[in-house]
Amino acid sequence: MTWVRQLLAIDRRIIFLLVGAGAALPLLFPLNLPVAVTPRVRAAYDAIDALPPGSKVLLSMDYEPDIMAELFPMSVAVLGHCFRKHVQVIAMTLYPAGTGLGERAISTAAKAEGAILNRDYAWLGYKSGFQVVMIGIGENLRGMYPVDFYGTPLDSIPVTRHVNSYAQLQMVINLSGSSAADYWIQFAQGRYHAPLVIGCTAVMATDYYPYLSSKQLLGLIGGMKGAAEYERLIDTFGDARRGMDAQSLVHLIVVGLVIVGNAALFISKRSGGDGGGPASGSMTR
Amino acid sequence: MTLQTWIAAFLTLCVFSFLYKDNPFYRFAEHLFVGAAAGYLLAVQWQNVLIPNVWTPLLHDHKLVVLIPLALGLMMLARAWDKGAGIARWSLAFYVGIYSGVAIPGYMQAQIFAQLADAAKPFAPGWGAVNSALVLVGLLTVLAYFFFSAPHKGVHGAGARVGIYFLMVAFGASFGYTVMARVSLLIARVQFLLRDWLHVLPGP
Amino acid sequence: MRRGPLLLTFLSGAAIAALFFIPHYKAQAANSMLLEWTLVVYAFALILGSISLWNSHARKVRNRAEGWGFSVVTLVSLLAITALGVWKGVGEGTPVDWIYNTVNSPLASTMFALLAFVIASAAFRAFRARSVEATLLLVTAIVMMIGRVSIGELISHRLPGITEWLLDVPNLAAKRAIAIGVGLGAVSTALKIILGIERSYLGRS
Repeated sequence: MTWVRQLLAIDRRIIFLLVGAGAALPLLFPLNLPVAVTPRVRAAYDAIDALPPGSKVLLSMDYEPDIMAELFPMSVAVLGHCFRKHVQVIAMTLYPAGTGLGERAISTAAKAEGAILNRDYAWLGYKSGFQVVMIGIGENLRGMYPVDFYGTPLDSIPVTRHVNSYAQLQMVINLSGSSAADYWIQFAQGRYHAPLVIGCTAVMATDYYPYLSSKQLLGLIGGMKGAAEYERLIDTFGDARRGMDAQSLVHLIVVGLVIVGNAALFISKRSGGDGGGPASGSMTR
Repeated sequence: MTLQTWIAAFLTLCVFSFLYKDNPFYRFAEHLFVGAAAGYLLAVQWQNVLIPNVWTPLLHDHKLVVLIPLALGLMMLARAWDKGAGIARWSLAFYVGIYSGVAIPGYMQAQIFAQLADAAKPFAPGWGAVNSALVLVGLLTVLAYFFFSAPHKGVHGAGARVGIYFLMVAFGASFGYTVMARVSLLIARVQFLLRDWLHVLPGP
Repeated sequence: MRRGPLLLTFLSGAAIAALFFIPHYKAQAANSMLLEWTLVVYAFALILGSISLWNSHARKVRNRAEGWGFSVVTLVSLLAITALGVWKGVGEGTPVDWIYNTVNSPLASTMFALLAFVIASAAFRAFRARSVEATLLLVTAIVMMIGRVSIGELISHRLPGITEWLLDVPNLAAKRAIAIGVGLGAVSTALKIILGIERSYLGRS
């Protein structure tokens, strides 16, 4: 079966072109397919939604621009929800290059919901050292952050005036693309028993299901899809929802490639071929 | 359209050019990335770790205790020379010791006890009991697979075999989510090129 | 030569593990201080790594090895960004911040985005149902890829529920076992290190 052999030995650049077109075309010609909300994202939403107005949450946006595609829209959506519910947010980051992103996420959400600095939220900025900061907040927030990002002492900021540790916070929300999430579970939740919600990259998401079952996490927002679900829950249309058509199409293409690859191999084997020769197993061809 | 957007778009295309074939543009971007990433990391460490934790306490607050981490850090640099390995060993010993000590209570509390406690709770009522039982079977059989101190034979072997099936489903789920993550990053880059650079998409 | 470092490992490891359980604020202050010291040592470890990177590329330039021109790019960017960062800072509005958003950020995210293409190519060429195990992995991956996005709901309204069950039952069981296994492994390795049984991290004498 020569055509099967040819198919299996197809130039990888044709596959790349397919994937590239799959990502670009739905952005140019959107279908606005519906985004279904999954239970874990709803659980995160419900946990935040159940906080009474005036509650205080600590939001740590622990990511840098390389993975902002997944976590930045999530940050804007979660912040928007908090502001809409009049939940006061004390925001920070454990990544130096997350400072600009965190500030941008806050200002975007604050502008949309009419939230005001120091009255509705405080921006503490960056502090280095994962465990140091997490333990430090548990003992004395002012030891870690004597002043906010703009140099204002925490005692002069209404949102932070009466907050000195996790005990005065109703929830900790961590949006992270790294092991920072594990440390928030170990320290903020495990050691200081703070209610915790995590948003993470899709790569990490499946690893946190055991912590949902054990109630160490109240909710989980995974990747750009999770962010799109959250955008739908708060009824906004951000970058995450805009990207979902492309996400669907590229997934379809990848699944199609897997099925075609396996079918071609099957046909090739039945007709006594060797399964496509060098093509099988090589991904860099 | 700013200079920043043009440079970012150029570098984005340099990296994507690798998809056609390895070429000098990609190699330029690759080498720039390595240098820029290392330089940024060093600058951040200087500004956010060495200045607040060494420089300021030592020169402004006269806290001599910071000489200890400073000495340990400088000893680490001795590793750059072949004969300095013995000196650097002290810094390594301190660092590894601290993180070993941190790992014990952290993992015990959050990963071992909390997960075992959840695994040992009563089954959910009704049909949920089937799922609870499956989770328990999955946990025990995967642990059986990871237990290499005895050969995988007999009941242990059968259990380990079932454990592999659970692992494969979990890895399949992870693979699906990994594809999702990488595709999301690609979409964001395409959004950048089409919207911020070429302006063929409406703004956010 | 290794007795001293081994004792230091024991003392630092045992101290920080013990401090975890003492709720007194002085104990926690000591805990934080030790952790801050590790940040300093880590910073120097990164400097050491950069020295090694510098040496490797400088050698290529000196020897005019193949592609030495690209090594110049690495050396110049490493030196320039470090110097600018030390001199002007890295915060919002600094030159390094501008460079980070213009150079580092698009390069890093595009490098990761490349993987979308590689994964697609690998899926076509290497993702084969050759055994029961591989078939399970493959079928789960397909169900997840379709069922977790909008198109899945259009194909069948049951698909999202199936993906949720896969995540909540078999995935949870396996990931819990891995978490417990990793936890036990980490704790036992940590204990072996603190007690001086595991010494390979110190290298050969």
